[in-house]
Amino acid sequence: MTNVAAKPARRPSGRRAGGNQTSVWWAVAFIAPATIGLVALYVWPFLSTLIKSFQDVPAFGPATFVGVDNYTALLSDGEVWEAFGNSALYTVIVLLGIPLAVVLAALIEQAGRGRTIYRVLFFLPVVTLPVAIGMVWRFIYNGDFGLLNYVLSWFGIDGQYWVADARFTIYAFAVVGIWMGLGINLIILGAGLQAIPKAVYEASALDGAGRIRQFFRITVPLLTPSIFFVTILTVIAALQMFDLIFIMLRSVNNTALGDSKTIVYLFYEKAFVQFDQGYGAAIAIVLLIAIMIATALQFRLQKSWVFYG
Amino acid sequence: MAESVPRRSHPRRKPISSWPIHAVLIVAAVIMVVPFVWQILSVFKTTSEVTRIPPTIIPADFSVHSFETFFSTVPFWSMFAVSTGSLVLRVVGQVTVAALAGYAFARMPFRGSNVLFGLFIAMLMVPSQLFLIGQYQLIRDLRLLDTLPALAIPGLFSAFGTFLMRQAFLNMPKDYEEAARLDGANPFQVFWHVMLPMARPMLAALTVLTGLYSWNDLLWPLIVSPSGENRPLPVGLAGLQGQFGTDYPTLMAGALVCSIPLVIVFLVLQRQFFAGIANSGLKG
Repeated sequence: MTNVAAKPARRPSGRRAGGNQTSVWWAVAFIAPATIGLVALYVWPFLSTLIKSFQDVPAFGPATFVGVDNYTALLSDGEVWEAFGNSALYTVIVLLGIPLAVVLAALIEQAGRGRTIYRVLFFLPVVTLPVAIGMVWRFIYNGDFGLLNYVLSWFGIDGQYWVADARFTIYAFAVVGIWMGLGINLIILGAGLQAIPKAVYEASALDGAGRIRQFFRITVPLLTPSIFFVTILTVIAALQMFDLIFIMLRSVNNTALGDSKTIVYLFYEKAFVQFDQGYGAAIAIVLLIAIMIATALQFRLQKSWVFYG
Repeated sequence: MAESVPRRSHPRRKPISSWPIHAVLIVAAVIMVVPFVWQILSVFKTTSEVTRIPPTIIPADFSVHSFETFFSTVPFWSMFAVSTGSLVLRVVGQVTVAALAGYAFARMPFRGSNVLFGLFIAMLMVPSQLFLIGQYQLIRDLRLLDTLPALAIPGLFSAFGTFLMRQAFLNMPKDYEEAARLDGANPFQVFWHVMLPMARPMLAALTVLTGLYSWNDLLWPLIVSPSGENRPLPVGLAGLQGQFGTDYPTLMAGALVCSIPLVIVFLVLQRQFFAGIANSGLKG
C-alpha cells in the first residue's frame, strides 16, 4: 500500500517545460509553507522529544543530561510494563473486530437497496464524539444499574462492575473500541469488495459454488490487501488508545485507573500532569519503537497471507 | 489504482435468498444503535429513575430537567463556537498548505525535492504523541495557551495531507497543464485554475478526515487549554463528567447535544464522508 510513497515523482526529465531557475523558485514557494510547518511543529518536536528522553527535565528550571537513566528506570518500572501489557491486550482484542467487519462488509455488499442505511447506522459511532461515547458506555457498564448487567440478567448471567473492576476494564474498553472502529473498517473493506470483478463470482457460480464457499474461496482471498490495510490502521490506532480511559476512569476518579492505564495515558500523565517530561519523552520513544516493530512485523507476515492478484 | 467511490448500480445475483442477509444485518445494526437509543431514553428520565433496579425502559414522566441542568452549567454555545472555529481554521489551512506542497512535489520536481518529501513520509510514520511535548512548548512560548489558534496551529500542517494531495496530482493527466502553460499561465494559475478543480475528490476526502479528527480530538485541546478558557466540546464534556459524575441524565444530555452537530453534517453529506474515507484508504 504505502510502497507507492517511495516511488519518486515520475516526470520525464527530458522536456521539462521551463526547467529553469524561475520554475524552481515557484516550486520552493509552493513547498515552503508546508516545509516550515513540518520542521517547526513535527521534525523539531520529534527531535526535542528524543533529546529530552536522555534528560532530567524538572517542571521548572534547566534540564540536565542523564544518559540512558530514563530508559533504565522505565525498564524496571512495573507501571510501564503494565501499561504496555494493557495496550497490547487491548490491541489484540480489538483486532478480533476485523473478521467481524469482513463478514458484515460482505453481507452489506449483498444487501441491495438497504446498503446505504446499514452503512449509515454502522458509521454513527465514527461521527459521535469519543468523549460522548465514553460517557454513554460508562453508563451502560455501570455495575449497579447499567443496561449491560440488566440484559445479562435475562440470561441468568451475573453482572460485574465492568469498568470499576480492573479485571474487566481492558476487555470492556476493547468492546467499545470494536464498536467505534467498525464503521470505518466497513467503508474501506466495502471499497475493496467493489474492486473484485463480478466475473469471478459468475464463473464460480457456474461451477456450482455456493455463497459460503464463494466467501472463503473468492471474497476473502481477493480482499486480503484491504484487510491488511485495515489491520495496520487498527493496530496503530489501538496502541494509541487514550480517550476512553480518560473519560471512563480518570475524570470520575475510578479506582481501577491504577491498573488499567494504557501507554499513551501513562505518557500523558507523566508529561502533562506530573510534568516529568524527560520520563514522558522516554515512554513516547518506546511507544514509537513498539509501533514500528508491530508494523514491520505485519509487513513481514503479509507475504504469507496477503494476495496481490 | 481504481477509483473507489461506491458505485450505484449493482447487479444482485440471487434476489430470492436475501432475507437471511437482512436478518443478520438488522440484528447487528440494532446492537450498533442500542447505546444511542438507551442514551436518548435516559435523557428524559430523572436522576433517581436511572438508578432504579431493574431499569425502566420508557421514561416514567418525560423530564427535560437534564437539558436545563446541562445548558445552565455548561457554556455550550461558546464551546461549540471554539470547536467550529478551530475546525474551520484547521481544515482551510491544512487543505491549502497541503495542496500547494503536494502539487509541487508531484509536478515541479527540483534537485532535492525527493529527499525533502522523504522527510514528510518519515514524519507520517511517527505517532502523534511524539510531537506533543515540543508542540506544547512552542505554543506556550508563543503565549498562545488557552487560545483558539493554539487548537488549530499544529493541524495546519500535515505530512499525511501533503502525501494524499501529491498522490492525487500524480494520477492526473498532463495535457491540461501543458495547454494552460502554452496559453501563458504562470505555475500558480495552472495550479489554481486547472489542477485544483480536478483534485476536488481528494480535497473533499482531506476535508472530511481533517474535520473529523479536529472535531473529535481530546488530547491536544486538553494539553493547551489548562485554564479551561476557550475549551472545545470534547474538553468541556469531559469537564461536565468530572462535575456531574453520577447525574447520568445530565451527562447523557450533554453527550447528545455535543454530538448532534457532526451527526447532522454526516447525515447530509454521507456520500462525501464515505468517499473520503474510501479514497484516502485505498489510494496510497
